Order: sequence, then structure tokens, then C-alpha cells
Amino acid sequence: MALEKITQVAGKAVFVPGNDIDTDRIIPARFMKCVTFDGLGEFLFFDVRHTPEGVPTGHPIDKPEHKGAKILLSGANFGCGSSREHAPQAIHKAGFRAIVAENFAEIFFGNSTTLGIPCVNASREDIAKVAAAIEKNPSLEVVVDVEKLEVRFGGESIKVTQRDSARDALVNGRWDAIGELLDGKPQVLETAAKLPYLAPAA
Amino acid sequence: MSAQPKSLFQKVWEAHSVRKLANGQTQLLIGTHLIHEVTSPQAFGMLRDLGLKVLMPHRTFATVDHIVPTNELVEPYKDPLAQAMMDELRKNCAQFGVTFFDRATGKQGIVHIVGPEQGITQPGTTIACGDSHTSTHGAFGAIAFGIGTSQVRDVLATQTMALAPLKVRRIEVNGKLRPGVYAKDVILHIIRLTGVNGGTGYAYEYAGSTFDGFTMEERMTVCNMSIEGGARVGYVNPDETTFAYLKGRPYSPKGAAWDEAVARWKAYASDPGCHYDDVMKIDAADIAPTVTWGINPGQGISINETIPDPAKATSADEKAGIEEALAYMKLPAGAPIKGTKINVAFLGSCTNGRLSDFREVAKFIKGKKVAPGVRAIAVPGSQIVALQCEKEGIDKVLAEAGFEWRAAGCSMCLAMNPDKLIGDELCASSSNRNFKGRQGSITGRTVLMSPVMVAAAAVTGQVADAREVFSVN
Ligand code: SF4
Repeated sequence: MALEKITQVAGKAVFVPGNDIDTDRIIPARFMKCVTFDGLGEFLFFDVRHTPEGVPTGHPIDKPEHKGAKILLSGANFGCGSSREHAPQAIHKAGFRAIVAENFAEIFFGNSTTLGIPCVNASREDIAKVAAAIEKNPSLEVVVDVEKLEVRFGGESIKVTQRDSARDALVNGRWDAIGELLDGKPQVLETAAKLPYLAPAA
Repeated sequence: MSAQPKSLFQKVWEAHSVRKLANGQTQLLIGTHLIHEVTSPQAFGMLRDLGLKVLMPHRTFATVDHIVPTNELVEPYKDPLAQAMMDELRKNCAQFGVTFFDRATGKQGIVHIVGPEQGITQPGTTIACGDSHTSTHGAFGAIAFGIGTSQVRDVLATQTMALAPLKVRRIEVNGKLRPGVYAKDVILHIIRLTGVNGGTGYAYEYAGSTFDGFTMEERMTVCNMSIEGGARVGYVNPDETTFAYLKGRPYSPKGAAWDEAVARWKAYASDPGCHYDDVMKIDAADIAPTVTWGINPGQGISINETIPDPAKATSADEKAGIEEALAYMKLPAGAPIKGTKINVAFLGSCTNGRLSDFREVAKFIKGKKVAPGVRAIAVPGSQIVALQCEKEGIDKVLAEAGFEWRAAGCSMCLAMNPDKLIGDELCASSSNRNFKGRQGSITGRTVLMSPVMVAAAAVTGQVADAREVFSVN
């Protein structure tokens, strides 16, 4: 399967401050009653974007100046909590194509990479610099360069990091592993044959 | 035994490694795949789109737990979305030849309770499930991963997934727990020490004399919450306790195959002197009944401590974290947590919805009454747990005390079914997550604790020290 080589993501960015933003906050469980991921985008951060009475709270992603943003900036331990792929799916369906945070929870990071959403780590100070620049000029183009491991914005740039395997997968168009995994079938069956518990019941 | 001492993680990883992938990750064979209604329908959809089959349907097991109503047994369920998810799973299992522990089988329950109960969860195996609490199965010396839906697809289609190895941290707890202190307190204590992301990149090996003495159910409670400390995997080396639990279960090997299996399982245990990337030691006597005061499971204190004060925080981060948590929880800084009024008491979940949990609660709550105004529900983790409780009369003891006795499911752990908090109700809960809005109301508040502490909160109407309430000493 030929996948797009994701070397960089360019577009408007929005800063959603906070640490430990968990998957229940990214997409509340009640919106997971679905058999497809379609339409999840509108429920992204739903309970933070609305009061219990349903009144919009003026969340950063709802601000008109951030409409169409493709890059999400946040704090530490982003995406902690459950394994629900509904979380990165909601982020993707809401139009985001890259996330810059101090660091990410393990399962969320893997799920996002598999969807072709680069998650890159930056220091808090650097994230604050980008946030300050977009605050001044919300239509500023921000470039998340996965290949060069930097984020460029308005003539400035910051260094970012990313796990080698994820970076490699993204820039070489191998972020969805299914094709390669399917190719390994002969070896899979060989490995399985050595493990007695995998034998079909007699 | 090999010359180079190895940890269980290493041995299981090596036995299940298929090959290196182009990006440096390993194609890892997943021996057992557990699925449920919430994270599997999209994966089956992807399979259909790609024209793929399930590679090993005989190693794939399904149950229904998250959305299933616990006070409604007859279909169609009142919630059409819940019914649709139920129908979808049934259809997928039938079409792809997957074993489904549906309600009619009498074996349905929370996926992490069903696997062990059926003897599907075994030492030295790899397990994956589209659920972050899959780490529970590590209690048996399995390497068990919570995965996302695309990986559910990968495992369905190829029985493998792409993964980089984890580091291993040995967490040793030694000594005897004090009376009134439970496995739940052990894990809440560990997460309090490491923080919610201290385990990122690690598999946890839980060891030491405390774990050696633990029952399988206690080990499961601890492994279950590994993910709340950021560790994707947590395990305990298999021993006689493990084998005794597994003997005679429906999917356990029988006859000569049993002896062979036990020999194999033993060989998977970590070798003495093997390398650990990190070691952490805890004295069991230092652990007290622990409760959370905030909005993540790392924000815990012992029952006799006071709620943290942002003014005393040692960093700006900590200060902001405490302020955010207290604003949401509506709790006063510096006040004792003991005495905090509760509205709801919830017993259940894959952390503490097992037979031993209900037995322990029944022992103490017998003859006592839930405080007026407190809504109390007890939800067994599986139909088998329910049946056993009913045989032992535990359901009656709980009902007489004022708990509503329900059918098996996840229930108010994440409130995808009708069991929800209302408004800013505060719930004393034996579950595993106290995130904002977790229990179904966007202003609902959760205080995590052991089941016996939930019982103490239920009868006093406030967060209480079970040792005082039930005169444990
Ligand atoms: S009981 Fe709670 S944590 Fe466990 S599987 Fe169900 S929803 Fe997830």
C-alpha cells in the first residue's frame, strides 16, 4: 500500500494549554457509541468547549481566528488515559494534522502515528514561543518539519524531537503498518508454530 | 536456561518476535486477542474495506461490557445506539468466526475479568485488547497491551502488531500490608509516587514478598492500573498461585498438556540477576488506605492526610495542577479529605469487580445500612462473578445494606450505559479513573479508593477510614 510520505505539515496552529489532557477530555466516552469514526470531529474537547448547559465556552479551537488550524499545540503528557483511537480520530477529523506537545502518553502516540498524525515533542519554553507568535498573528503559517525535526514560524524556528521509528515511518510513508505486517505472514505462521498455546484446539 | 539471565518481558518478547520491520520496530506475534463492542466495530469495518479475514479466529475472543446496560436484560435495549453496537459485534463475530461470550452464554463480563476467568489468560503469552486496562492480564505473567482500533485491525488481520520494545522497571513491594490496606491502595500508592506519566516507556514487573503473598485477584487489581501510572504493561512472574488459579479453567490445558504447560510457564519467569532498566522499592508497612482528591489517579493521599494546598506547591506546575483539580473537585485546600460528603458509592469495574472484592465488602457491611441520601450500586464484573456472589448470598447482604445489585458490565466506571453521575455528584468509586467527566456527568466528581473504603463511605455518607468505621485492627 502506497502511503503519503509525511515530511512536513504546514498551516495555522492553535494552542490548547494544560498538562495531562486525557482521552476522556479529548473525546468524552458518550460519543464513542458509534460503529464508525465518521463525525467524531465535532465532539473534540466537547465538554471543555461547552458548559453543562451547552453554551460555548470560547475554547481556543472555537475562536474564529483559529478556524481551519492544522496544528495543535499543548502541554505535557498529552493523550493520557484510555486506548481509544477515537481520540486521535476526533483530532484528525477536526482537521488537525500534527500535534506539538511537551510529551505524549504512549498509546495515544502510537495511535496517532498509525493515522499519520506526527506528534513531536518540544520544550515548554519553545511551545510558549510558538503560542505567543500565533496569539499575535493567528493566521501565521506554522510548519512542523518532521524530516528536519523543527517547527518554523514567522522567520523563527524551534527544535523538536520524535522517536526514530515514528519519524522514519512518517517520512517514508510507512506510518500505517498493515501492508508490511501482511507481508510477514509466512514468518508469522513459523513463529506461531513454535508456541503450543496457539495451536487450534484438537 | 540460557546463559544470559533475562526478564520475563524479554523472554516473552523474543518468543513472539516475528521479524524486524523497516522502521526498526518489531513485528510482534499476539497470541491472544480480546475484543469488545466499543473499539472493534471500526476495525472490522476496515477489514471489510481491505477484503481481509481474521487470521486466527480461534485466538480471538469477544465479550460485551462497556455499553451493556446493567439494569436491563431484555433486548432491544432502550438505547438504540447501545443496541446497534451489540448487533454489530454479534454480526462481526458470526461473520469472522470469533468466539463471543454473549450474555446468553452466562460467561459475559468485563473483558479483563472474562479472560482470566475462562483460563484464556496464560503465562508467557502476548495479549492485546483495544482497551488500556489490558495490563490486568499481566498478573499471570503475560505481556498484555492496550491498543487502538487500527492495531485491533492489524491483530485481527495478521495476529501481529508493530511495536518497539519497552524498558523494564521492577517495582518491589516487601512486607505485610497493614490491616485495612488492600491491593488497590498499593497501586494508588505507587502511582502517587511515580506520577501519571512516570511509567511512560516502561513495562512494570511487580515483585517482592507482598506480591508473592497476593492472590491472583489482588495481582490483577495492581496490574490493571499500571496504565494510570503511564506504563502500558505490568506483570507479575508466574508462580504456584498462578498455576493453582488456572488449573481446571475452561481454556486451561488438560492432562499431560497441563504439566507441559506449567513447565513452560515456569521457564518464562524472570531469571535471578537479570537486567532491569530501573528498580523501585517500597515497604508495605508505609502504605495506608489511599484515596484520590483530584482529577487524575496520581493525585492521591492517605486517608489521614489533608487535601494539598496550592500555596505549598514546590513548582508552578504543581501549583497549577492542584488549583485546577481543586476547582473541579470543589474541595477546600488544606482540609482533611476524611469527612468529604459523598452522593454516590460505586462498587465494580475491571479493577475491583471480582468475587474477592464483593466478599470482602459483604464481610464488613453485613448488618449496616447505606447512609440516607446516598445512591449505592454494586456491579459484578462478570456473570460468573454475579452468580457466585448470589450463591454465597453476597447480593442479599449488599441489597439489605442498601446497595442496588446489578448485572455484569463496566457500568459507572465510564458511564457509557445508563449508570451516570448527575450534576456535580461526588462518587466514592472502586474504579480506576477520576478524570473530569469520567463517570458520565461533565461536572461529576470521582474519589478512587478500595472497595472496603467505598463501603465505609457508603455507610457514613462521607469519605471515611474503613478501619474506624468497621473496627478493623
Ligand atoms: S471497567 Fe472501566 S476501565 Fe475497565 S474495561 Fe470497563 S470501562 Fe474500561
